[in-house]
Amino acid sequence: MITPAAIVAVASSAALVILGLALILTVWRVVAGPTLPDRILALDMLTGIAIGFIAVIAVKTGFSLYIDIAISLGLVGFLATVAFARFVLSRGNIKSKPPATAANGNTQKRRAGGKKR
Amino acid sequence: MIDYIVAAVTALLLIAGAFFALAAAIGLVRLPDLYTRMHSASKAGTVGSGLLLLAAGLYSEDPAILARAIAGFVFFLLTAPVSAHLLARAAHRSGYDLGALSVRDDIRDR
Repeated sequence: MITPAAIVAVASSAALVILGLALILTVWRVVAGPTLPDRILALDMLTGIAIGFIAVIAVKTGFSLYIDIAISLGLVGFLATVAFARFVLSRGNIKSKPPATAANGNTQKRRAGGKKR
Repeated sequence: MIDYIVAAVTALLLIAGAFFALAAAIGLVRLPDLYTRMHSASKAGTVGSGLLLLAAGLYSEDPAILARAIAGFVFFLLTAPVSAHLLARAAHRSGYDLGALSVRDDIRDR
């Protein structure tokens, strides 16, 4: 006879595996994402996957206090995305860069090896 | 009997939520530009984490915890469109182009 706890244990293990796959794909987008907003979007998605992980761990271990942590993580993720959006806005238009500061900043950026886009 | 129903619904919600998150991640990797990726990340991603949270609330069999889980789900449903819209608007205003497959841009001149 299959007990209810066994059903939930199998389902939560499967959910952890699927979420891990989603996490790897999203991390690939954070690393590879060609522009800054792509990375911000992928980081927002990472917060959502982390909330999912926390919920699955809450089911697996029985500590329902984890749900409060998930809610507060959602709040932090929302505020981080809003702050990043304001940052993207405050950098100004990427197509009309003043040449003097761009030439100065380019050497620094190239030495750091970062893709500036 | 009621244990089996709760366990079955919880298992269903767990698997469904995980697959929604996976669909969002696949969309994030496969779609061509920022504005289309935003569709998968902010719709499927939100529903994925929300369903997992709902499963955790349901499995605890405590009304207070279930209410908190539902409140968290509603909170995510309210904040995800706001943050996605802010990011899309900021990116569009800063000059990030649409993908090559896009045919029209309604807010270009605003």
